[in-house]
Amino acid sequence: MAQVKAPKPSAPAQNAPSAHTTPVSGGSAQVREEMNGAQSLIRSLEQAGATDIFGLPGGAILPAYDPLMDSTILRHILVRHEQGAGHAAQGYAHATGRPGVCIATSGPGATNLVTPIADANMDSIPLVAITGQVGAAMIGTDAFQEADIVGITQPITKHNMLVTNPDDIPRAVAEAFYIATHGRPGPVLVDIAKSALQERTHFSWPTTIDLPGFNAGAKPHAKTIQEAARLLATARRPVLYVGGGVIRSGASAGLRKLTDLSGAAVVTTLMARGALPDSHPQHLGMPGMHGTVAAVAALQKADLVVALGARFDDRVTGKLESFAPLATIVHADIDPAEIGKNRKVDVPIVGDLKDVFAALVPALKEEHLKHGKPDLEAWWVQLDDWRDTYQLGFTPTEDGHSSPQHVIQRLGEISGPETIFTAGVGQHQMWASQFIKYERPNSWINSGGLGTMGFSVPAAMGAKVGEPDRTVWAIDGDGCFQMTNQELVTCALNEIPIKVAIINNSSLGMVRQWQTLFYNQRYSFTDLNTGHGTRRIPDFVKLAESMGCAGLRCETDADVDATIKRAMEINDQPVVVDFTVSRDAMVWPMVAAGTSNDEIQYAKGIAPKWDRED
Amino acid sequence: MGKHTLSVLVENKPGVLARVAGLFSRRAFNIHSLAVGQTEHPDVSRITVVVDVDEFPLEHVTKQLNKLVNVLKIVELEQERSVQRDLLLVKVRVDARLRTEVLQIVDLFRAKVVDVASDSLIIEAVGAPEKLDALMVALNAYDVREIVQSGTVAIGRGPRSITERGFDRATAHIA
Repeated sequence: MAQVKAPKPSAPAQNAPSAHTTPVSGGSAQVREEMNGAQSLIRSLEQAGATDIFGLPGGAILPAYDPLMDSTILRHILVRHEQGAGHAAQGYAHATGRPGVCIATSGPGATNLVTPIADANMDSIPLVAITGQVGAAMIGTDAFQEADIVGITQPITKHNMLVTNPDDIPRAVAEAFYIATHGRPGPVLVDIAKSALQERTHFSWPTTIDLPGFNAGAKPHAKTIQEAARLLATARRPVLYVGGGVIRSGASAGLRKLTDLSGAAVVTTLMARGALPDSHPQHLGMPGMHGTVAAVAALQKADLVVALGARFDDRVTGKLESFAPLATIVHADIDPAEIGKNRKVDVPIVGDLKDVFAALVPALKEEHLKHGKPDLEAWWVQLDDWRDTYQLGFTPTEDGHSSPQHVIQRLGEISGPETIFTAGVGQHQMWASQFIKYERPNSWINSGGLGTMGFSVPAAMGAKVGEPDRTVWAIDGDGCFQMTNQELVTCALNEIPIKVAIINNSSLGMVRQWQTLFYNQRYSFTDLNTGHGTRRIPDFVKLAESMGCAGLRCETDADVDATIKRAMEINDQPVVVDFTVSRDAMVWPMVAAGTSNDEIQYAKGIAPKWDRED
Repeated sequence: MGKHTLSVLVENKPGVLARVAGLFSRRAFNIHSLAVGQTEHPDVSRITVVVDVDEFPLEHVTKQLNKLVNVLKIVELEQERSVQRDLLLVKVRVDARLRTEVLQIVDLFRAKVVDVASDSLIIEAVGAPEKLDALMVALNAYDVREIVQSGTVAIGRGPRSITERGFDRATAHIA
């Protein structure tokens, strides 16, 4: 049986034991204390290392809220909607690397967590969700506020469990934290019957985790590491295709070493922005549907693609059959199920990326000793040509209103690289990934896989709770903001001074962009009436003020800098800035959905010329 | 498409069957048959899944199955190197005139009669799915009233046991 230590308080995932049998952890004496299930739950959360939890009480979870009130270790933040609790826990986890915790009651409380759980599952975020369930005797009777949340979340959790016996609570919580943070991180839901919270039990924190079927991750295989090193030493057009796994693993330092040693070009996906500093000369930016021409072209022309914690998502590959057609593929990932899922792999490496880099860097040095360093000059001449010719940029707006790209670029420049940026989903998200320069991991938090509108504000709240000394900017769209802005109340009341930049183009901008490009400018239900020349419902400034935030508005390019600086000066309450911008700005470059990356358009109707070396 | 038989060893816990079946149904794979039962270890159940799927998606779904926390080990049992059996119960309406004919078929297929009434028989047959198909072809000439068939159970040939060095290590079942 796999036996490992129970998670120690705030032990980062990477440092926890990955082996099978380890001695009992010291410290917490194994005294069996008598208490009720609710007290046992709170004690368990404390023992598991949780310090901040986001939640909202209700009938079934009510017993747990009583001892929670007395906890000196757990800071509970009362959200206004359970979805906000879930996204806040995600933002917290993403910013800190520690598991995020959210708590909700049965039925609608639990189902409101479904979106954040699915989001965490797609983006591999360590999340522990605690839900109340109706009393054990009433399960299955369609009792008031009953929902089969274990059944509902089965396909969107890494693991989930129903607890009906109070004696099982400590083990369930310990396992939940362990599973969420080991191997490929992900969400774990623990559903606890109200009766289990009320009944008497003996609390005893488990000393071992006994999960015989759980795979916490293998060590990378020496043979495949060697093969990868040989390929990197001999390829003429190598590209490191870096995904969010590098950030989840905390492996940025290793990536930096491999980058410097190999001389290869590097692209960082939407989930990996910041894994390598944007200022690094080998960094070509983001690949994919709205990636840079240089990053997309590099993959298309590469003879070697080394995928590192990436999953060949359709938004990166475009039409899969024509993705990186010339490349040998090395794929390193902690999750064996990712290897070969979408693209056939020549050299598979299963392992934590930290271990992969630790093995690959010396192996590559060896290869260099044997073969000498590869001559990549021609490759870099080509790459630099693409990079210089097709820089990321934008044209001034035709209607005289602010450019959203300019606003976002200035936010990045004025706030600086120590800031954390979160985003919702849509045009503002893409611009934020393009026009802000990320210099460190965990400075960019967004919903990549699920693409959850409304992610930004609650995720920023969670990030600020986890990293209170950093400036946290939520870059949001006017559509996204209207989905989850209620959490600004939570921020105001709990002194969580986040800053929100609404990139207000008065529409569901990305949908509108597709309507412009693919639906003959028929703008079916994408008008939101929040911007220039509309009734401006709601008025975001007044809305912000009514929620206890400072509300600012910026209508012209000329005012952008001053407004950002003003917002930066307000630190005693949340700030919302309504940047009303042009609605006609579009995200470029673009690879239309389902088409080949070769058909990337630099701007509308402009295809890059890139067959110079063919 | 090809038929594949998977033996999936799982922890004997509630909801595990639904998790396993769910992984197939979510990818629109057709489960041909499914059988669950205990093993020589009281904490371990064995699910035998027969699924119609190509090699590549099968590999993918196997990897996904391996990620389920309650799944201990997955082994594909090839037809030639395993013994595969279904159980079939068939209720046939027979009068005195046809009874002998039907009993001859039962003998021919080494099946058994397990219930006799004045105008019916219940026939029990155990065998590989192909044999049972052949039996049904023969019986369909008569008045078949009711059929019930178990899922396939399968076991590898030879002395080795799939549980003997299976789940003592978490890494033992990485695909």
